[in-house]
Amino acid sequence: MMNFTPVSAALGGVLIGLSAVLMMATMGRIAGVSGFVSRLLPPYEDLDWPIRAAFVAGLIAAPWLYRWSGMHVEINQPASIMALVIAGVLVGFGAVYGSGCTSGHGVCGIARVSPRSIIATSVFMVSGMATVFVIRHVIGG
Amino acid sequence: MAVATTFIAGLLFGLGLVVSGLANPEKVQAFLDVAGHWDASLAVTMAVAVAITAAGYRAAFVRGKPWLSAGFQMPRSKAIDAPLIGGAVIFGIGWGLSGFCPGPAIVAAALGLTPAVVFVGAMLVGMMIARLFASRSSTAAKSAANTA
Repeated sequence: MMNFTPVSAALGGVLIGLSAVLMMATMGRIAGVSGFVSRLLPPYEDLDWPIRAAFVAGLIAAPWLYRWSGMHVEINQPASIMALVIAGVLVGFGAVYGSGCTSGHGVCGIARVSPRSIIATSVFMVSGMATVFVIRHVIGG
Repeated sequence: MAVATTFIAGLLFGLGLVVSGLANPEKVQAFLDVAGHWDASLAVTMAVAVAITAAGYRAAFVRGKPWLSAGFQMPRSKAIDAPLIGGAVIFGIGWGLSGFCPGPAIVAAALGLTPAVVFVGAMLVGMMIARLFASRSSTAAKSAANTA
């Protein structure tokens, strides 16, 4: 069922790249989702709440716009609710504690050749692959 | 103007996640499943996004100043430390377990999908815990610096 979809993958990459460039060229900021989201929560350090909220609002509007244009949004989540609760806490904690996620480290950080981001991205890729390996081929095997 | 531009950036980002398949946990897990039927699509997404960002950043930095704000706000830390590595390990486990990272989870939750809404709720709790943790350790570091 899963297959290699290089064209849509590349097109999505173009949109993500344009978003990151737009944020840097206009606002002088890294387009880091976990940074924006986590700083919507207290304690507040600055007055940039509306900027972060605007980015998150754009993320929220995106699938609706896509659907409204007549396209189907494919989202299949096979994990149990219990697994999702655990995973959610780990992702939220890890992203903030590690100063970034797939967007901030994985796209923006690598693009500016930040050693921290290159290391963080390599580590979470390996960690994610190891986790899927254990779930699918050790436990599920 | 700044808010409108940032909204557009968020919209582009979210559309990129949907179009690429990154918003689909099944596809993300297929990408992470290197020992199974590996789906390399998201490697293409990452490579293209990084290439465009690298080129665009270079162009943006030429002007010396962003269009709508006072200056570039770049991360200052250079340290390869335990929080960076530990955070990435923990993040990766959650990412592998669910196929969700923060952006895609928000996109999926926006459509009201229960698993994504549950995930985002838990993610916000995790973020709060990390921020309390970080502010406590930075306060400790500050008071240590003051006494030193």
